[in-house]
Amino acid sequence: MQIIPLFVAIPLGAAFFIPMIGRKNPRLSDTLANITTLALLLMALSVIGKSGVYWMGGWVPRLGVPLGINLVLDPVSVFMLITITLISFLVTVYSIQYMDKFTAKARFYSLFLLMVAGMNGVALTGDLFNLYVFLEIASIASYALVAFGCQHEELEASFKYLILGSVGSTAILFGIGIVYAMTGSLNMAQIANVIGGDLKAIHLFAVALFISGFGLKAALVPFHAWLPDAHPSAPAPISAMLSGVLIKTIGIYALARVMFNVIGLTPLTSYILLVLGTLSMVVGVLLAMGQDDIKRFLAYSSISQVGYVVLAIGIGTRFAIAAGLFHLINHAVFKSLLFLNSGAIEYSTGTRDLNKMGGLRDKMPVTSTTSLIGSMSIAGIPPFSGFWSKLLIIMAAVQAERYGFAAWAAGVSVLTLAAFMRLQRKAFFGEPKEAYADAKEAPASMQVSMVCLAVLCVVMGFLWVPQAKDTLLIPAAKVLQEGLNYASSVLGM
Amino acid sequence: MHYALCLMLFMIGLYGVMVKRNLIKIIISLIIMESAVNLFLVMIGYRKDGIAPIMTKGMEAGTFAARAVDPVPQALVLTAIVIGLGVTAMTIAIAMRLYERYGTYDIKEMRKLKG
Repeated sequence: MQIIPLFVAIPLGAAFFIPMIGRKNPRLSDTLANITTLALLLMALSVIGKSGVYWMGGWVPRLGVPLGINLVLDPVSVFMLITITLISFLVTVYSIQYMDKFTAKARFYSLFLLMVAGMNGVALTGDLFNLYVFLEIASIASYALVAFGCQHEELEASFKYLILGSVGSTAILFGIGIVYAMTGSLNMAQIANVIGGDLKAIHLFAVALFISGFGLKAALVPFHAWLPDAHPSAPAPISAMLSGVLIKTIGIYALARVMFNVIGLTPLTSYILLVLGTLSMVVGVLLAMGQDDIKRFLAYSSISQVGYVVLAIGIGTRFAIAAGLFHLINHAVFKSLLFLNSGAIEYSTGTRDLNKMGGLRDKMPVTSTTSLIGSMSIAGIPPFSGFWSKLLIIMAAVQAERYGFAAWAAGVSVLTLAAFMRLQRKAFFGEPKEAYADAKEAPASMQVSMVCLAVLCVVMGFLWVPQAKDTLLIPAAKVLQEGLNYASSVLGM
Repeated sequence: MHYALCLMLFMIGLYGVMVKRNLIKIIISLIIMESAVNLFLVMIGYRKDGIAPIMTKGMEAGTFAARAVDPVPQALVLTAIVIGLGVTAMTIAIAMRLYERYGTYDIKEMRKLKG
């Protein structure tokens, strides 16, 4: 499987070359960045249904014991790669014209691709310390991207994000150290073999560190304080990437991988996940209701939607995990769409305050229509994709006899609908405001990307038809649900 | 015992990050946390009267395995220190920019965001 390391090497190489050759000519850096992300998307689509292990430097395992670092391509990684590359391609298309108002576009693309390289690495790696390294690559790039505008708010938000993010990373590294001390290995498959589901008190301490560390990265509720500052302060394409993909890859995916496949899920940890998920779901949507800043509103709603995914993963049945992953990719699509819409509004009117907007429907038909589709999808209105995934999560909760959690999920979905009705009413309907009489529709590249995402909001619903489900979602859920069998499948390949 | 001291150092750092109001003190607390974890990693590989994990001529594999310290944690610590350096440099750069904007290191006075 020689293609596997390229998922990391290509964006890393491009991140290095773009500032060197693109500094003088911004169009050249646009082209290069878009070609890179398009190539990554095509590569991710080409590995659907395939799996394999790549041993770095040719250090293959001897006598069944791994010696070097490996990259593992399995259905969960494929699923995450598709999510990451799809959103990052559409976001780079959007950035072509949106980022024109910033100087230093080449550096923007460089940091952006560095973040993509880190996330792809997290999705692929089969080594616990390597996971930490890729996680830090993605995180450091995102800290810098949040501060990209260098204004008061951005610096303040970035500092807060950086401090809390580093505390999370340190906790994760501490946990990795404990796991290494107990098992004598850093290879995830080998650790799973050694622990074999037999958890002692010290392992539980590591589990606690992992949950708080990855919980900080995923902004689950007691750890969410940084997200509503950091995500709105970044430029719109970056907000879309952070909310759409980053918190899921380095937060939820990494947490699920470590909990399910490396340490092994216990009833206690799955209950913690259920509670954290429900808490994020409820608190996120309640805090979102009162926000007047459109991007802050969307950021709080991200916390709430991420709660759904964690809840579904915590239920732990194959059906529930598949539904959770389905919601993960749906949320990536519609939340990036909504953030890109908010960016388009800011681009044309210069404001993010919902109270100052109004009547933008006639001025910005494309933004308004795509935003309506995104809002309906996130609020769970059929036939859009969000409806199916939420319905499936609630059904899975009922099937697993978690009635209370199912009721919470249904209730939050109603509140989400109410919150997004308010957004639509304030921004696009109602009397047009004098101040924005000359507001224009966003430029072409931004429109293209928003329309693509809006179409995906509908198309993604078809991921649950039997054939698509069996190639993408069910195998991924199977890998997570089978837990420690991950070891034998990786070392056996 | 040593591990308990390590955990204490970690907790001191965490306390500083959560409670202190000065940007520089927060950064120092973060560095203390990172050092605590690095120290912990080094201690994992420690072995009393150990030798450097380098195979020399005439050494038997058995004695090497019995006496050499574990080299993996040392490699990990080197990597972790480099990453920590990157993060610290980034933090200090942002703190300097914040000082340029606000003229103070007190985070109580940086209140453009609602919190």
